[in-house]
Amino acid sequence: MRKVKEFIIEKLILICGLASIFFVLLIFLFLLKEGLAVFKTVSPFKFLFGKSWYPISEPAQLGILPLILGSLMVTLGAAVISVPIGVACAIYIAEVAPSKLKEILKSGIELLAAIPSVVLGFIGMVTLVPWVKSMFKLPTGLTALSGAIMLAFMAMPTIVSIAEDALYSVPKSYKEGALALGATQWQAIYRVMLPAASSGILAAVMLGIGRVIGETMAVMMITGNAAVIPQSILVPVRTLTATIAAEMGEAVVGSEHYFALFAVGIVLFVISFAINVTADLFLHKRH
Amino acid sequence: MKRLILVLVIMAACGVAFAGQAKNAIQIKGSDTMVNLGQAWAEKYMESFPAEFVAVTGGGSGTGFSSLISATCDIAMASRNIREKEIALAKQKGINPFEIKVAMDGLAVVVSPKNPVSKLTLGQLAQIFTGKISNWKEVGGEDKKIVILSREVNSGTHVYFKEHVLRRNDPNSKEEFAPGALLMSSSQAIADEVAQNSSAIGYYGMGYVSAKQKPIFIAKDAKSEFEAPTIDNVINGKYPISRPLFLYTNGQPQGLVKKFVDFILSQQGQTIVLKTDFVPVK
Repeated sequence: MRKVKEFIIEKLILICGLASIFFVLLIFLFLLKEGLAVFKTVSPFKFLFGKSWYPISEPAQLGILPLILGSLMVTLGAAVISVPIGVACAIYIAEVAPSKLKEILKSGIELLAAIPSVVLGFIGMVTLVPWVKSMFKLPTGLTALSGAIMLAFMAMPTIVSIAEDALYSVPKSYKEGALALGATQWQAIYRVMLPAASSGILAAVMLGIGRVIGETMAVMMITGNAAVIPQSILVPVRTLTATIAAEMGEAVVGSEHYFALFAVGIVLFVISFAINVTADLFLHKRH
Repeated sequence: MKRLILVLVIMAACGVAFAGQAKNAIQIKGSDTMVNLGQAWAEKYMESFPAEFVAVTGGGSGTGFSSLISATCDIAMASRNIREKEIALAKQKGINPFEIKVAMDGLAVVVSPKNPVSKLTLGQLAQIFTGKISNWKEVGGEDKKIVILSREVNSGTHVYFKEHVLRRNDPNSKEEFAPGALLMSSSQAIADEVAQNSSAIGYYGMGYVSAKQKPIFIAKDAKSEFEAPTIDNVINGKYPISRPLFLYTNGQPQGLVKKFVDFILSQQGQTIVLKTDFVPVK
């Protein structure tokens, strides 16, 4: 009897485990089926490197280069801001902070992760956007920089908590050894702890970036959504995610525009898949 | 597993809830321009017939058509005519779009009250929005870069403005919004940005104009009078950018939908049109 019960439970769990892979596969197949149809009307090269995105014109111009560059610009900006702060924060929490402060900081970071992105976008729209506009004397504050700053807040919790984990899992003896050899606290962190935890920290950074590139709501609200190839970080950009979100409602099912948006989805899927795989490689290198 | 059960329970509950209200409820979806108007109609209508329920959501004219075609709404609100492509698609799915003109709307072009420019011709507007004029001083303003605000492509207002202002009703014209135009997700977003940005220019239904934005006086060409976007000027045809607003139903309206459409076209319904700053058709 007991054996039967065990068997059933085991298989049930197995099914649940397989389900997630199965769903990912289905989603990917669906994306491919809907997205690849666009290449009947526009060549892959023209799609990826075309410079104009006018999806509802006759004939439609479906070039997503400005969108890809927009996404990359915002993501890179967010990484430049969030990585140093996030890693430094993780070092402080893991190595320096007294235990009471450590708990407060940790729950603060978790709280930051809990803020819905639409709320962050809204706050950014009324506070950050006017600030960026007057700070850099721009014609408009709806720029890639505003998006990057806001997204940095979203990447930070991921980066801090995973990097802190990585630092925490470095054996105590490493640090003690360094200190015993006469290294100062900073030397021990910089020369011993960081290199030892480097693969985990890199994974943290990659996952943080993965979070940023998939973010939609906040960027749609504060980056201006102009589909131009960005010349600097102080101009409006349109990201891949915002394009899908803003236009999917309009696209007539089965039209060229509809397929093009799915193809944008494929591009996005490939980018974030690559980022996650890289992060995974770094994480497994550790063990 | 627990979570799975929870999800199933919630789904079942939703199913029951929808099934329960479907009989005396009307779903309306579409044009953002018409959301306030639709809400006002729905509220008054539900006051008169408390047993019935009218839900109004925006999203853009295109969104409304897609949901009409996929049969997820009963009435689509639209600030542009349905396209050939959309009709073909609807026919494929056994839907027969039926057009009802319910109001007129003037499209206001707005700038910040701090901007000295207060009148433009249609030709100048076309050049500004296509990016050929990029500095306010070229139209008599300060030496500042023009920030163009447009609606997203799912907006009927976007399409109307492109066809009637940028392309001057010429079907062969290839004019497009300047690539640097900021695409905003709602009329309110344009209103907010114009209010705080003195070099911005945007457009939307004149119902959205408040004291924080300044509507531009517009002339058909250099020889014509500059006219303000007011209800009178739309009725007598002096204001050059006005358009009809439509409801689309699946076939001739019937039952509940017919009752609601009749209400809209009644004296009472058309008074609401006037109150929400649109122009009645009757």
